[in-house]
Amino acid sequence: MAKIIDDETMENVCLLAKLSLEGEEREAARAEMQKMLTYVEKLDQLDTEGTEPLSHIFGSENVFREDEIVNGNQKDAMLFHAPRTKDGQYHVPKTIG
Amino acid sequence: MKQYETVIGLEVHIELATKTKIFCGCSTEFGGEPNTHTCPVCAGMPGALPVLNRQVVEFALKAGIAANCQINQLCRFDRKNYFYPDNPQNYQISQLYLPVCHDGWIEIETSAGKKKIRIHEMHMEEDAGKLIHDEWEDCSLVDYNRSGVPLIEIVSEPDMRSAEEVISYLDKLRCMMQYLGVSDCKLQEGSMRADVNLSVCEAGSGVWGTRTEMKNLNSFKAITRAIEAERERQIELLEMGKPVIQETRRWDDNKESSRAMRSKEDARDYRYFPDPDLPPVHISDEWIQRIRNTQPELREEKQQRYQDELGLSDYDARVLTESAHLAALFEKTAELSQNPKKTAAWFMGEVLRLIKEYGTEPEKVCFSPKHLARLICMVEEKKVSPANAKKVFEHIFDEDTDPEAFVREHGLGIVQDADLLQRVLQKVLAENPGPLSELLGGKEKVFGFFVGQMMRELKGTASPEAVREALMEEIKKNRR
Repeated sequence: MAKIIDDETMENVCLLAKLSLEGEEREAARAEMQKMLTYVEKLDQLDTEGTEPLSHIFGSENVFREDEIVNGNQKDAMLFHAPRTKDGQYHVPKTIG
Repeated sequence: MKQYETVIGLEVHIELATKTKIFCGCSTEFGGEPNTHTCPVCAGMPGALPVLNRQVVEFALKAGIAANCQINQLCRFDRKNYFYPDNPQNYQISQLYLPVCHDGWIEIETSAGKKKIRIHEMHMEEDAGKLIHDEWEDCSLVDYNRSGVPLIEIVSEPDMRSAEEVISYLDKLRCMMQYLGVSDCKLQEGSMRADVNLSVCEAGSGVWGTRTEMKNLNSFKAITRAIEAERERQIELLEMGKPVIQETRRWDDNKESSRAMRSKEDARDYRYFPDPDLPPVHISDEWIQRIRNTQPELREEKQQRYQDELGLSDYDARVLTESAHLAALFEKTAELSQNPKKTAAWFMGEVLRLIKEYGTEPEKVCFSPKHLARLICMVEEKKVSPANAKKVFEHIFDEDTDPEAFVREHGLGIVQDADLLQRVLQKVLAENPGPLSELLGGKEKVFGFFVGQMMRELKGTASPEAVREALMEEIKKNRR
């Protein structure tokens, strides 16, 4: 049986994801997450006894680049997508100093 | 009052001296205009793919091997998830499950003697961007130049018991990294940063207290002050019967106090998982062996060799090896001058004196060893007096002047011209008839006066011996 997403779990998930969900919105999100968990629960039916945990599927290793500067100043292109900038920097809401 | 013991462990972040960032080809240079060293990878654009800089693994291995660590020959990167504007991906690429190095130790020395501090692990990770507060608009501004700069985090076991031990440990790490060429370890520029985990317990109880983590420590002095203050704060709480809360605190060096940084509800839950973008790193036996074979001579070995092979004192060897850069300059100069002891005397005397006088860092000293070596030889060959040599050296230190040309141009060479010496001698004697008769009358004190007068006339370009000799000759002549 999948873990039940209770109010406490919702509280914690919202906190970690920096989401403020209230009322119906919150209830809908909770129901959807519950569905996801139930869906993924199917995996538990597999017998994974003796199977090594897998983190990478391609089996490649030691993919390196050499320590050479290949990027120049692309400041304008980088900042172009930012909703707001100031003095060549990204303008964001105040963080605790 | 009860006796308390302080238990301290450190997390030290060291910026590696690579040319480029850990996962992209952007420059790591410090102090560039904001966001001029960024690209889609280090600015966390969706779909950008990180590729590991081989040099980062090399440096991490060098550091780990020097600190007697075990190597995880299969190591991996993990994502540490958190939301903060200095972290554009919303996760930091770090190592949790399989850090590159673990279980090492380094030896420190304090007034109480030598002690081993165990190292829990060393892992590779990327640095975050820099946030500055904009007073005018009451917002924050982000510069991602530092985002993706490679770091190693060195986590010690809680083996330290005092601020003195902590400083000794940091000093040792810094010196080691500088010798290895792995990092310049500048606390002011943030290329070495230490977080202090501290708890207190009743002496002898064996039951450890709750620890706090202290951040924002930018100098050895701040670290010492923060340790003392946090120890006092925790003891005070315990004495009042209040609990110490496990939390992260931020040190304010101006106020000489700290305050809690994160509120309780913002509990740390980083949901680490292996980063699927980065394939695992397999470190072969051959790779480790190659690193071992190419490790440079570290400070302790150098110190011993200076005593054994160059015949320097324990004290001189210790001072000369404090900075890896200065030690290298010294060795090159000693090799060129073929006179290690005289070279050591110049470094211990004039080089250190000028470093202190200018308030510069040993790492910034940049004269050519061949120039100082030549000057040392010129003194030995009596081509320049020791006093004038010191003046010449100031120019070598400042502008890397060629001593031979400088001495020639400024007429500082020792006068080999006997006629000139005679002319000056006769002039000085003629100008001072009073002292002359005293001298001839056998008043020895006046001898020094005449040597001084002649040296002044000759602007120090004569050897004092030659002047004394000429003067003695003259006295003998007059007495006959």
